[in-house]
Amino acid sequence: MSTATLAARHRLAERGIDPQLFLLIPATVFVVALFIYPFCYGIAVSLQPAQGGALAAYRAFFTDAYQRDTIATTLAISLPAALFNVLAAVPIAYRMRGRFRGKRLLTIILVVPITLGTVLTAEGLLNFLGPTGWFNRVLLSTGLADRPVTLTHNYWGVFFSLVITGFPFAFLLVLSYLSGIDPSLERAAATLGAGWAQRFFRITLPLLAPGLATTFCLTFVLAFSVFPSAILVGDPSGSTRVISVAAYEAAYVRYDYAAASAAAIVMGAVELVVISIVLGLRSLLYTGSTAGGKG
Amino acid sequence: MTGFETLRLDGVTRRFGDADALTGLDLEIRRGEFIALLGPSGCGKSTALNCLAGLLPLSDGSIWRDGTRLDTLPPERRGFGMVFQNYALFPHLSVRNNVAFGLKMRGVPRAQARRRTEDAIRLVHLEEHAGKLPGQLSGGQQQRVAIARAVVVEPSLVLMDEPLSNLDAKLRLEMRTEIRRLHQNLGLTTVYVTHDQEEALSMADRLVVLRAGRVQQIGTPEQVHTRPANRHVADFMGFRNLLPGRSVDDHFKINDLGVRVSGTSVGEIHKGDPVVAAIRPEDVLLRPGGFEVTVEVAEYHGREIAAEVRTTDGLTLHLRTSQRLAPGDKVGVDLPADRLLVFPA
Repeated sequence: MSTATLAARHRLAERGIDPQLFLLIPATVFVVALFIYPFCYGIAVSLQPAQGGALAAYRAFFTDAYQRDTIATTLAISLPAALFNVLAAVPIAYRMRGRFRGKRLLTIILVVPITLGTVLTAEGLLNFLGPTGWFNRVLLSTGLADRPVTLTHNYWGVFFSLVITGFPFAFLLVLSYLSGIDPSLERAAATLGAGWAQRFFRITLPLLAPGLATTFCLTFVLAFSVFPSAILVGDPSGSTRVISVAAYEAAYVRYDYAAASAAAIVMGAVELVVISIVLGLRSLLYTGSTAGGKG
Repeated sequence: MTGFETLRLDGVTRRFGDADALTGLDLEIRRGEFIALLGPSGCGKSTALNCLAGLLPLSDGSIWRDGTRLDTLPPERRGFGMVFQNYALFPHLSVRNNVAFGLKMRGVPRAQARRRTEDAIRLVHLEEHAGKLPGQLSGGQQQRVAIARAVVVEPSLVLMDEPLSNLDAKLRLEMRTEIRRLHQNLGLTTVYVTHDQEEALSMADRLVVLRAGRVQQIGTPEQVHTRPANRHVADFMGFRNLLPGRSVDDHFKINDLGVRVSGTSVGEIHKGDPVVAAIRPEDVLLRPGGFEVTVEVAEYHGREIAAEVRTTDGLTLHLRTSQRLAPGDKVGVDLPADRLLVFPA
């Protein structure tokens, strides 16, 4: 190889252009074929309704309260569920940072629900929390309630389902963010006179907050696309008629693909709005290194 | 924070599972003293410091500040300052807020806290960097922030855990002087952990030499330097030549040297006992007529040559001399009796 081409190669490599870039090809093909193309296709379909102009499907979605309200319904389920998952994961992960006997077993127990799948979880919830399930039988027999408490086929059934499947995910993420924080920082704070609450709120939490924002976004996206549990343990024609149910009905009950695609695009847009708000707030936080110095 | 007259460690012991990291440390620290805990890695010196700070619970023993028992208090209630090996600066707080943290935790009034923070920052010459985050500072600057943060609360005791080990050689020397100067100016009682004997000798008023979790010797730098209590301390204090031998009559016979030497015995040695004779490389003298050795390796150290030599019987000795030596040279050496310490083996 001549020195000129070598020099040219060197210049390119300095800008990050080298043969290793070929390693990105499979991922790029994957993203284009399975995400970008369907996404653009969906937009195109949503803009070609059978009747009316290009935006007729969107107009129909937003003028019909029955469709429009699914946005609020979905947010009302997914935002609290995602928030609960993140907030519940923090103290548990905080307690589980260090090494202790039985940590692995406890982690497995906390993480197993992620492997169960929504249908199994829903079935469990129906059996456990249903009108004749263990939970209500205990309540009735101990006299804590005189009528079965309704926790399935309504908002709470879906909420519990989202917590069971979403919590392990949030927990694993928070645990890994927490383990990235140098433990000597809290020890330093302790020698400076900070009690546990001050150590947590002044040192650990500010360093953890950006990670919590990311975790919230991911669990929110999972919860926002809730479909199986909204139908199985929810009330899919009423209080848990989420946006994915609306899209499903449009596509496979009314065979109106434009309306279904429009619902899906609206869904994506709402998610994007929530995530940009959270990430915007995150950028106001300290997001640098969580180490205490050289070491 | 009020000071104390004496801080007493009474049989402080720490076990990790079956392993004894620190066994029966007895030590009395007087107000204003600079104590160095010295020893090789794994000797228990950091364990001792963490026990003192309250970051590790004791397995046995107790710690007393004058009449008050201390080892049952959590770290935040002991009122000590600590400088960590990796500095442990809060990465999300500016230099100023790092330094002010301890004052805030102690509920010092705002105006006073601000004044003391600025004083502490000036003390370590970081006025221009007060608004920066720790990540924007160099290692030496971070180190100084860590020191300012520990001393600003005027702790009754400052604990330092190998604070210079992450710095380069030049900066280490500067910071050594700086820490010593701070200690003199502020009269801070200090416990300083290090594995560097030179650092300990130059900074401390008293040294505590540890090995395998046990105290080997407590004494002034001079005592430890010139009269190590046993062969392990001698080894650690730079007696590079440790020669196994035996005690005969009023002399010592060095096994491989095939010669009898006289030396100064440390500890009780009876006739016929196995001994270890120790001498520093710089105390081995070149003298024509001494026993003959061959130079094996010669290292240039500026004014001196550090040489590894071998006797006719194959015993290796280390020596330092201003004389120019080259590998293969045959020279005579002498082991002066007053510099040759003999320990029970």
